[in-house]
Amino acid sequence: MRPRLALLAIVLAQVIGVRAETAPAPRYGLGTPATPAEIAGWNIDVRADGAGLPPGHGSVSEGGAIYAQKCAGCHGRAGEGGLADALVGGNGTLATAKPVRTVGSYWPYATTLFDYVRRAMPYTAPQSLTANQTYAVVAFVLNLNHIVPDGAVLDAKSLPHVRMPNRNGFASPDPRPDAP
Amino acid sequence: MQTQGAPILTPPYGTPSPFEAGVVRHARARGRIPTAASSTTPLQDLHGVITPNGLFFERHHAGVPTIDPAQHRLMVHGLVDRPLIFTMDELMRFPSQTRMHFLECSGNSNYAAAPASATAGDIHGLISCCEWTGVPLATVLAEAGVQSHAAWVLAEGADAAGMTRSIPIAKALDDALLVYAQNGERLRPEQGYPLRVLLPGYEGNMSVKWLRRLKVGDQPFETREETSKYTDLMPDGTARQFTFVMEAKSVITFPSGSQQLQGHGFYEISGVAWSGRGRITRAEVSTDGGASWRDAVLQEPVLSKCLTRFRAPWTWDGAPALLQSRATDETGYVQPPRETLIGVRGLNSGYHNNAIQTWSVLADGSVRNAA
Repeated sequence: MRPRLALLAIVLAQVIGVRAETAPAPRYGLGTPATPAEIAGWNIDVRADGAGLPPGHGSVSEGGAIYAQKCAGCHGRAGEGGLADALVGGNGTLATAKPVRTVGSYWPYATTLFDYVRRAMPYTAPQSLTANQTYAVVAFVLNLNHIVPDGAVLDAKSLPHVRMPNRNGFASPDPRPDAP
Repeated sequence: MQTQGAPILTPPYGTPSPFEAGVVRHARARGRIPTAASSTTPLQDLHGVITPNGLFFERHHAGVPTIDPAQHRLMVHGLVDRPLIFTMDELMRFPSQTRMHFLECSGNSNYAAAPASATAGDIHGLISCCEWTGVPLATVLAEAGVQSHAAWVLAEGADAAGMTRSIPIAKALDDALLVYAQNGERLRPEQGYPLRVLLPGYEGNMSVKWLRRLKVGDQPFETREETSKYTDLMPDGTARQFTFVMEAKSVITFPSGSQQLQGHGFYEISGVAWSGRGRITRAEVSTDGGASWRDAVLQEPVLSKCLTRFRAPWTWDGAPALLQSRATDETGYVQPPRETLIGVRGLNSGYHNNAIQTWSVLADGSVRNAA
């Protein structure tokens, strides 16, 4: 790098670094402080380490009853798929010409299943399940995939420890450009 | 004309000529649930680089919600000094910016071969380009005071999918916008009214629509849309995760699939090129299936992460021809042939297909998709 360009890069790096980290950014006095109660009402995401999982618990058998009533119509009685995605099967297919990506064969984190069911399912009534019902449906779907045993009861402590078969199947950072 | 035409305000919000009634979005065939589906921009019917708001492609996971902007709120919380809630009026008081950028679904241009009758829009129409107005995401985050160990920002939509994606903090502080207007008017409902994220050059799904919440964290949130979807499966069974940028790409929109040439003679080949890494520096066209190439003219202004219109004169001698275009961006990256891309990624990676498109001109002047 030529000296002038190098100097420019250093100055730019300082400007960007200052903005991102230390300098008090200009404040416009807009917005209202969010109270802890307001945040709690909106803060529904669940991370891979389990942060955000609510109190409560649910069993495979409880989940089976809820699944039959609220999920089977789109995902099939045994999670084989229908109008919506298959939830089971596909193990061993990811490196084949016809990969089948399901909760069992593809999803890296069981916590993601909880997060997604809680925010977006059942399709006709999202965010209508209680925490206990959500744990139960998650337990049932994981059991359909033989990931948890028939007697499993899942809660905030146990769910993050559920080991998904394809946990190590993902790679980052982005290796592109890869072609040509 | 020897009679008076229609009076003003017919209608108050103007619409295209009735003779253009065929220029509409089309549903992609795959959708089995109409609210979890997509529709394509008819690229072959458009000129220049701006997509009219009513023709902007759609991809929804739980339909288009109806949101009253007076009731809408944005919460910013997590690793910030001051968790805040904003009204739309407050967000629109921040210093604003207007920029032109494309937005492309990473599922655009299926790897699977499209039928010979497919149009440019059918195959590549999950891309649109607008002039966007909004407030830099960095400005809003600074108002809340991002803490030093922040690394990712979760963006959450207010739709029934509660759409969520994790945004790297570097992108959030670079050129990300929270937009409330497109092409001069407030966002269309299909595009996230009243508020959406816009991450220039990144896969469209990350530009979360109907934005209601931003949560700053120190790790990615591993949402469904960045694990089970929008990850790129490779032939060895592993999947690439967090593949955000849309690489350089181009497509000829005239002559293109299902169009008809009216005899031999002069035609202007025209198309669009774009790159999520910056500006387009070159667009080339071939009329012999890639055996030889010549430079097309780039329409100024050439903008970063924006569609660029290219044109090249062509005299058709009436013989069958294979039309291709090839884009190069400011990083020096050149759009790859389809075989090259598939050779690396196989046919099941699902997303980020930026391969060269071939249109076949037959002796009768009809134009067909030749993949």
